[in-house]
Amino acid sequence: MKKRNVNEVLLQGNEAVAEGALRAGCRFFAGYPITPATEIAEIMSVKLPRLDGTFIQMEDEIASLGAVIGASLTGTKSMTATSGPGFSLMQENLGFACIAEVPCVLVNVMRGGPSTGLPTYPAQGDVMQARWGTHGDHPMIALCASTVRECFDLTIKAFNLSERFRNPVILLLDEVVAHMREKVTLPEEGLVEIFDRVKPKVPPEWYIPYEDTPAGVPPMASFGEGYRYHVTGLTHDVRGFPTSRPDEIGPFIARLFRKISQRFPEIQMGEVDQVDGADITVIAYGSVARSAKRAVRDARERGIKAGFVKLTTIWPFMKSVVEPVLKTSKVVLVPEMNMGQISREVKRVNQGYTRVVTLNKVDGTIITPEEILDRIIEVA
Amino acid sequence: MEEFTKLIHKYLRHDKKFPHVWCPGCGIGIMLGALIRAIDRIGYEKDEVVLVSGIGCSGRLPVYVDFNTLHTTHGRALTFATGIKLAKPGLKVIVVMGDGDAVAIGGNHFIHAARRNIDLTAIILNNSVYGMTGGQYSPTTPFGMRSTTTMYTNIEHAFKISELAVTAGAAFVGRGTVYHAKLLDGLMEKAFLKQGFSVVEVIAHCHTQYGKLNRLGGPVEMLQWQRDHAVTVESAARMKPEEMEDKFLIGVLADRDLPVYTEQYERIRQRAKAGQGKDA
Ligand SMILES: Cc1ncc(C[n+]2csc(CCOP(=O)(O)OP(=O)(O)O)c2C)c(N)n1
Ligand code: SF4
Ligand SMILES: [Mg+2]
Repeated sequence: MKKRNVNEVLLQGNEAVAEGALRAGCRFFAGYPITPATEIAEIMSVKLPRLDGTFIQMEDEIASLGAVIGASLTGTKSMTATSGPGFSLMQENLGFACIAEVPCVLVNVMRGGPSTGLPTYPAQGDVMQARWGTHGDHPMIALCASTVRECFDLTIKAFNLSERFRNPVILLLDEVVAHMREKVTLPEEGLVEIFDRVKPKVPPEWYIPYEDTPAGVPPMASFGEGYRYHVTGLTHDVRGFPTSRPDEIGPFIARLFRKISQRFPEIQMGEVDQVDGADITVIAYGSVARSAKRAVRDARERGIKAGFVKLTTIWPFMKSVVEPVLKTSKVVLVPEMNMGQISREVKRVNQGYTRVVTLNKVDGTIITPEEILDRIIEVA
Repeated sequence: MEEFTKLIHKYLRHDKKFPHVWCPGCGIGIMLGALIRAIDRIGYEKDEVVLVSGIGCSGRLPVYVDFNTLHTTHGRALTFATGIKLAKPGLKVIVVMGDGDAVAIGGNHFIHAARRNIDLTAIILNNSVYGMTGGQYSPTTPFGMRSTTTMYTNIEHAFKISELAVTAGAAFVGRGTVYHAKLLDGLMEKAFLKQGFSVVEVIAHCHTQYGKLNRLGGPVEMLQWQRDHAVTVESAARMKPEEMEDKFLIGVLADRDLPVYTEQYERIRQRAKAGQGKDA
């Protein structure tokens, strides 16, 4: 009999998110039930108290993200999970987490929209909202999972990035990935890299909570540990106090961008396969990336020189990967379960290098490998 | 006076650039004084106090005080405070809100925090108006009064914040005014010491907006109005209902022992760890 790997488990995407979060050290979850994300809350409500953590079901998603930010300010890794309607409600507090630089993870299991839309059907319609949903200029990190194993890995990654850059991190799933079950082998405890936010080492009287350091990420004190400082959603000076001085506002916003932009290579993840000399390259993400991968393989069997790019990091947009592909491929295809959101980014990067074509589907069904293959044959 | 100076030095932030944002004669400063005196009397360490606020004139209060301070989004202060308290129950979490903050945009959070009986103190500065945005009507603007968005007079009916808190399940509810500063000190102290959700509603004047639009005079006249219309719970017990018609109650409106959320949740943790309860 084959010896069963003890870490081998059959998991649903949402379950893998919960497992990943706990492994990352998440000890606080606040949420409001919504399909197709609810399983994450249900699992956290059972598992967190066993680990001395806290789960609370708040009165809405605005409250959920508020509680998450509050908990994070005490030094507790915190998260919430939602879907479109709830994601919309969270936008104001998401901006608060950006400006006050409070680490937190927000999982958005995308379903058909707008509004109540299609609660139980997949979509990728929130990709632009993830980038620009909250008002004002702000940097954003968003990752997107296409397998159950990635749900686990990227949840951990989301926590690590959020702790590291003091920025909220959005993990996008779609309904297919969230509810799909796959056999996964989870890494041994201890084999997973975990990053905890850097705390101040200086005595409290020297602490400058929003200091402009070269890395751009100031150490973060937890409430109740002797560093009494001010946290506000108003634009603030290095001490955290509201300011209206142009010489303080400009550098502050610039730092928020710089702390992320100077570290793009550490944030941007993806998969690039046989794009050199490709006649057509397919750029996809989420569950569509699975269909795209298959379609590319089938195309190659038919003698079409097809390349494949999977975007695991959605924001910041992976220009460094996409631009060379645009320069070398005769045509680039972007299939998405929306009316064309990432394809707009691809077209923005495409400075007349090549032809960018799309395959858009918004009828609540997934894009199949056959549909992508047909489109490849049509445009290649 | 010397006592005052000591408190100012101990609790106000020296590195914060004064002057503050409030209009001369505003009641918010009196409320801040009461808050500091109550904290000082109880003897909390500054490190263990977290002062959370929403958005509004009242919401600007925490920035001046040397605690862990958090200035959140409009109406959402209680949600942030909930996260802080649950993640670190050892902290003393005090939330300062305006009337619009607490019962308009944040009304839902307010009743749910009370219902949960989560161990927080909510201090609500009720000036019957949106002060910060320039005098629009709030859910506590009385019927028939003027604001910049009810220039033909207000046809909505005012919330009674304290009564709402009592009904929603708060463990402690007190109402004071900035005129009755001593009473306010005492209410705050009681509220801070109470286990569970405690509320102090502070009736205050906004002479620059609400007072001006309704020709109620300056701060002095508006403080006199508070003096003449507030009746302590004790005095009210001896008064006839018709005498109370244009008056409002001040003092302790509710003080009851109810299961406290953080304690209950700690029990859940113990049961979860012992493998009990989930399937039972
Ligand atoms: C979401 C949102 N809507 C509107 C505002 C604008 N705003 C700022 S303060 C305020 C009302 C303040 O009134 P209140 O809460 O009574 O506080 P006060 O200024 O009277 O102390 C409003 C509407 C805002 N900051 N955020
Ligand atoms: S606008 Fe009204 S509430 Fe605000 S500071 Fe001035 S007097 Fe006080
Ligand atoms: Mg007000």
